[in-house]
Amino acid sequence: MMADLEVVVDKTVINKQAIHACFNVTYPQAQSSSLDVDLTLPGRGITAIFGHSGSGKTTLLRCIAGLEKLAQGNLSVNDVVWQNQNSFIPTHKRPLGYVFQEASLFPHLTAQGNLNYAIKRADEKISNEDYQRVIETMGIETILQQYPQQLSGGQRQRVAIARALLIQPQLLLMDEPLASLDNARKQEILPYLERLRSSFDIPIFYVSHSMDEVARLADHAVVLDEGKVIAQGSLGEVFTRLDLPLGFSDETGAILQGEIVERDEQWHLAKVAVAGGDFWVRDGSDKIGHQVRIRVQARDVSLALSDHDDSSILNRLKAEVIEICATQDEAMALVRLKVGKDVIVARLTQRSLNELNVQCGQQLFAQIKSAAIIR
Amino acid sequence: MIFSDSDIAAIWLTLRLATTVTLVLLIIGTPIAWWLARTKSWLKGPIGALVALPLVLPPTVLGFYLLIAMGPQGVLGQFTTSLGLGTLPFTFWGLVVASVFYSMPFVVQPIQNAMEALGDRPLEAAATLRAGPIDRFFSIVLPLAKPGFITAAILGFAHTVGEFGIVLMIGGNIPGETRVVSVQIYDHVEALEYAQAHLLAGVMIAFSFTVLLGLYWFQRKSPLLVLK
Repeated sequence: MMADLEVVVDKTVINKQAIHACFNVTYPQAQSSSLDVDLTLPGRGITAIFGHSGSGKTTLLRCIAGLEKLAQGNLSVNDVVWQNQNSFIPTHKRPLGYVFQEASLFPHLTAQGNLNYAIKRADEKISNEDYQRVIETMGIETILQQYPQQLSGGQRQRVAIARALLIQPQLLLMDEPLASLDNARKQEILPYLERLRSSFDIPIFYVSHSMDEVARLADHAVVLDEGKVIAQGSLGEVFTRLDLPLGFSDETGAILQGEIVERDEQWHLAKVAVAGGDFWVRDGSDKIGHQVRIRVQARDVSLALSDHDDSSILNRLKAEVIEICATQDEAMALVRLKVGKDVIVARLTQRSLNELNVQCGQQLFAQIKSAAIIR
Repeated sequence: MIFSDSDIAAIWLTLRLATTVTLVLLIIGTPIAWWLARTKSWLKGPIGALVALPLVLPPTVLGFYLLIAMGPQGVLGQFTTSLGLGTLPFTFWGLVVASVFYSMPFVVQPIQNAMEALGDRPLEAAATLRAGPIDRFFSIVLPLAKPGFITAAILGFAHTVGEFGIVLMIGGNIPGETRVVSVQIYDHVEALEYAQAHLLAGVMIAFSFTVLLGLYWFQRKSPLLVLK
């Protein structure tokens, strides 16, 4: 039901609330453009800008913020022009918030001072209620009197996110906010980012090279490679595409929305109902009825012509082949499968593909070796 | 009192000169330092070199040209005459102008270094928080570059106190007007008043040593704040 509703809202609202960005950035030394994109991005939810380092993700974000001096292009946000041939709204007049890779707090101000810096300059006075909500969402009540040098990397980043929220942006840009943190700190901040997603109705562009973060947080994704857009769309669409370049083949996989319907305490498993069937996954102590996101990577999916119950694989789902595609790796092939309303992808060897004689439209069984709850 | 009246007059004059020059330099040196720190123009090299020239030129060279420029036929001289101020050589304000040029690198360079050390990031962060250019300068650049300003003020002051050659060229030796401590010492030596010379020279050494010691202590205690 949720999904249906979202589609309807998308169609009517996205046209008005969309961000159109068309940029060309060429550095004098470089042979080709460093960034050459023409994108229409949804004006709601979290849009991941995903790619390897050097793919131009940060440059794109900086262009949107007006920080990139060499950028030529057009940018409009919810029908307001921020940049075109004739006009360029400087960064400080754009209603955006920006979270840098390093927290970039002002070292001469306390955490509170940093927040006040934003509050003082926001277009509208922030209500005490909203202020408290930001502070609580980011969990920074107790560290406000400290200077940035006294805070841990994770705490600094939370203050920086709060600071960006307090400017009351119409668009929040986040440039790999977790990249400079170690893994423990990342796990510390991720829940705050999820809360951010659920408590604030601000469109967020989230630059990342980490598939884990993208799968967990994003609703939409844009994949950049060498300054060009190679895929964009909803998270499910983008990562079930079969034509992502080789460098992304490990990321190919489905991200499915489901609900916990049963917990098997004895074997520490939980059953997640998605549109196409039920999945047993490792019990992450989520309660029954909880909405979760699970990720099924292509490399964990194999195919069988009949429904064996003599294998160790718990998750076997009826599937229909919708697309078969060779990969750049000559030994392997990718198969897109329709499972109920969802799409998953299987990666198998060309030889198996041949031996099973897999054809488009064929009904068979997808065996899923592992699926993980990512949220 | 061990100092003669003329010694005390010279000390006061020196302090007045150094204070005035420091204030003037902080005001005009800051935009120059800001421009040098931020510009990508090809003029950065030439202007930077021009500012640094007094570091290597003999004071007599600078003094000579300033004397000509401030004289009745010079550009500066004609300008000040047209304002009804007369010409500047051999006046206190003539000394101020000359000292401003002469001490410029000691003020501009520490400020410039502090501003360059800031990098772009704090300014970008401030811009995303709706701070315009002037707001950014006062709310971010000034407080973060404060150690550079303090170093600049101390060096500018101390260097002006220690001037000699350019004072002789521009100011001459007029009691209460241009006769600063360094010139007074010279006079004492010329007149073979070694005791008086010792006293003033000793004061200068003590002053300079204290100032530099204070500066190094300050620099160790408050390095530039780094963005994290």
